[in-house]
Amino acid sequence: MNIDELNARLVESTVNEQDYFDEFQQYLTFLMNGEEYGVDILRVQEIRGWEKCTVIPNSSDYVRGVLNLRGTVVPVIDLRVRFGLANAEYSQITVVIVVKLRQDDKDKIMGLVVDAVSDVHALKRSQINVSPELGDNQNSEFIQGLGQVENKMLILLDLNNILD
Amino acid sequence: MSVDLSQFYEVFFEESFEGLDAMESELLGLEPGTPDNETINTIFRAAHSIKGGSGTFGFNSVSEFTHVIETLLDQIRDGRRLLTQHQIDLFLQSVDCMRDMLNCLRNNEEPDVELAQPLKLAFEKILNGDETPGDDEAPSDVTPATSTLDTHWHISLKPGIDILKTGNEPIFMLQEIAELGDAKIAIDVSLVPMLNAVEPDNLYLSWQIDLTSQCKEEDIAEIFDWIIDESEIEITQSSNLVDNKDDAGDRLPVETENTQDSKPENLTNASTESSAVVTPPPAPKKEATQSKATESSSIRVSIDKVDSLINMVGELVITQAMLTQLTDGEFDKSKLASIQEGMAQLAHNTRDLQESVMRIRMLPISFVFSRFPRLVRDTSKKLNKKINLVLRGENTELDKTVMEKISDPMVHLVRNSMDHGIEIPEERLATGKEETGTLTLNAYHQGGNVVVEIVDDGKGLNTDKIKSKAIENGLIKESDDLSEQQINELIFEPGFSTADEVSDLSGRGVGMDVVRRNIQALNGSVELQSVKGKGSTFTIRLPLTLAILDGQLIRVADHIYIIPLINIIESLQIDPSKVNNVGGEYDVLRLRDEYVPIIRLHQAFNHQADCSKLTEGLLVVVESDNGKVGIWVDELLGQQQVVIKSLEANYRKVDGISGATILGDGTVSLIIDIIGLVKLAGLRKAVRVNALAGKQDAGAR
Repeated sequence: MNIDELNARLVESTVNEQDYFDEFQQYLTFLMNGEEYGVDILRVQEIRGWEKCTVIPNSSDYVRGVLNLRGTVVPVIDLRVRFGLANAEYSQITVVIVVKLRQDDKDKIMGLVVDAVSDVHALKRSQINVSPELGDNQNSEFIQGLGQVENKMLILLDLNNILD
Repeated sequence: MSVDLSQFYEVFFEESFEGLDAMESELLGLEPGTPDNETINTIFRAAHSIKGGSGTFGFNSVSEFTHVIETLLDQIRDGRRLLTQHQIDLFLQSVDCMRDMLNCLRNNEEPDVELAQPLKLAFEKILNGDETPGDDEAPSDVTPATSTLDTHWHISLKPGIDILKTGNEPIFMLQEIAELGDAKIAIDVSLVPMLNAVEPDNLYLSWQIDLTSQCKEEDIAEIFDWIIDESEIEITQSSNLVDNKDDAGDRLPVETENTQDSKPENLTNASTESSAVVTPPPAPKKEATQSKATESSSIRVSIDKVDSLINMVGELVITQAMLTQLTDGEFDKSKLASIQEGMAQLAHNTRDLQESVMRIRMLPISFVFSRFPRLVRDTSKKLNKKINLVLRGENTELDKTVMEKISDPMVHLVRNSMDHGIEIPEERLATGKEETGTLTLNAYHQGGNVVVEIVDDGKGLNTDKIKSKAIENGLIKESDDLSEQQINELIFEPGFSTADEVSDLSGRGVGMDVVRRNIQALNGSVELQSVKGKGSTFTIRLPLTLAILDGQLIRVADHIYIIPLINIIESLQIDPSKVNNVGGEYDVLRLRDEYVPIIRLHQAFNHQADCSKLTEGLLVVVESDNGKVGIWVDELLGQQQVVIKSLEANYRKVDGISGATILGDGTVSLIIDIIGLVKLAGLRKAVRVNALAGKQDAGAR
């Protein structure tokens, strides 16, 4: 699925959102290091190809910098570095998912760098399981739950306060 | 039908605060005795609207308080009482008090009656000291006009009994009413006494008028302008759709008092009610209520600015339509030239539009200046000094954000001038000056900057005292030989205060350094000139707007940053023989008479630099809050105006960076915050030490 198709599905998803609301929640899924992750599609604003951005001095290593999103200055976070995954490479299919998140109690727009976008899945509440507690895992605070779609496992993320 | 009155609160508060401002400025112009009628009327009207409004909205604490003020004002207006200085002071205090109460109400808090009570008692004491009965004010509410279509008006006109004596003729008014539209006029003769009791000069008649007209309520009210004070006039809209009596709660009564001369009422008529006529609230304000606007989130824009904006948008639409037409349907090469032309026009339109939009944020500096008459009056009284305040260039326009932030530093400087600058009258007379000191606030545009000067004709800065104080505080040494100007500038150093006693005006030691820091935070600067015995001048320079700044683009490795041009003093190549390392911590460059610490930008920002030797790069010498600093960069690029974007909106504050901007090629570039950078590089202290060392050095030559 290419970016244009996905962007088209994004528009569609917001139109149909009301119908599904009670039973289904839609997730945009993407790949990082071979695993499939999902974020609430209502938080996703658009998907862009990766491009070089302006480095912010003395920032954490997972903050790639800031980019110009039609006049708004938006920080870009490499989610792979944030989660400590190996192989944070930049290739043709590396994309930036622009999402609206809560950070320090304010809505902020940020870009997330991931390996590739995958699909849009509608998940029933019943399809989502609480992720097992793994003790001291730093990333677990961002994991909302695990979703099951056609024998695939999706790691559903809640990325509020990702900058902390 | 019931309407939530709370939606009108914001309008009420805004109008009331405006009214209070008006009261304050008029009160300041008042002299004890029998004041100018017009002035008293303005004050009275403001008080009256606040009373009426607060009554309607159920803010009884305010309306009760205002009532006493109004009663006293009314008596003064009618010449029944002489205005004393004490009363003026009380009025001014009550303006403050009302402002506090309204602020509380605005924040949904219960107003503090403790404050109002003593004032109210003081007013009542004045009122009771005299036997004159207070006038009963009966605010009547009337529907605002809403429609431009034919409207049915019901007018009840009961003129004051002696309006004929003041040369008013009801016939003419009735004729004017008839001219407005289709009028049915019924006369009421029930009050005409027996013939033997008739005073030929008195008017006993009243009228009921039904008018069908397109006119607005103001138009009708205007006819009765001359007799409003003495007469009972009620104008109601009796539309076919709405029953007047039932929707009284829907209306938004706003009361105004007529300004025209009201002659003293004779005592038998003193209990006659004076009534109020209503004008509808201006339409734009109604919209303002819908968004629960707070003080700083709304601005008043003059109509010509809006008009020019509409013109621009009109042109933009035309250009857009033209381009659409060109690109519609079959495209062939012959259209290319027209398209290019259209694009050029589009670019032109866009630029114009941007300028117009920027202009909307510009407000005249009188918004800041207006608070000073009161401040000067109160302060001079407290200090027992006679000070005349002169305001110049009040129409100089300035960005609203800059305006909000400049106000406090200016108050500080003005207070400082009054406290330390202008002498007490005896001292002034002794030195052959006029008894009254003059404090001038002057604003004007210069280049891309707004300059505000605070000039006093006082004694100037006491250089000796500053010097001994600075030595005492360890800022300089006894042996230092500094010029007068250098010594005077020491007052901007942190923790410096020369007041012999700590007064509540100034002298808490959090003085000028804070002023300077605040102004610098706005990308501005403050300078000082002082002539002993003649006075001193503080000059504040500010950028016109915070949204755009002139920037110097610089490169470090492959990163491009922007340094605000206003901070840059010079750029130069480093002569290595003049560089010394201080204690292994940082390098300083001896630049003429000063030592300038060097910040290597790539180190501070953790980048890989191209150049390794100081000679290969360039040094940009900038002004920090304490002195000069050199920022060492790889290369200087162009200079350009940049639009400032917030980095914090979607990210967070970054040390050493004040914001971001978007360059011509669409990439983001970060704007360097000099003060933050100095802090980041850990050179804060070094800068000051070297700046002072430089001064000392300079003095030694």
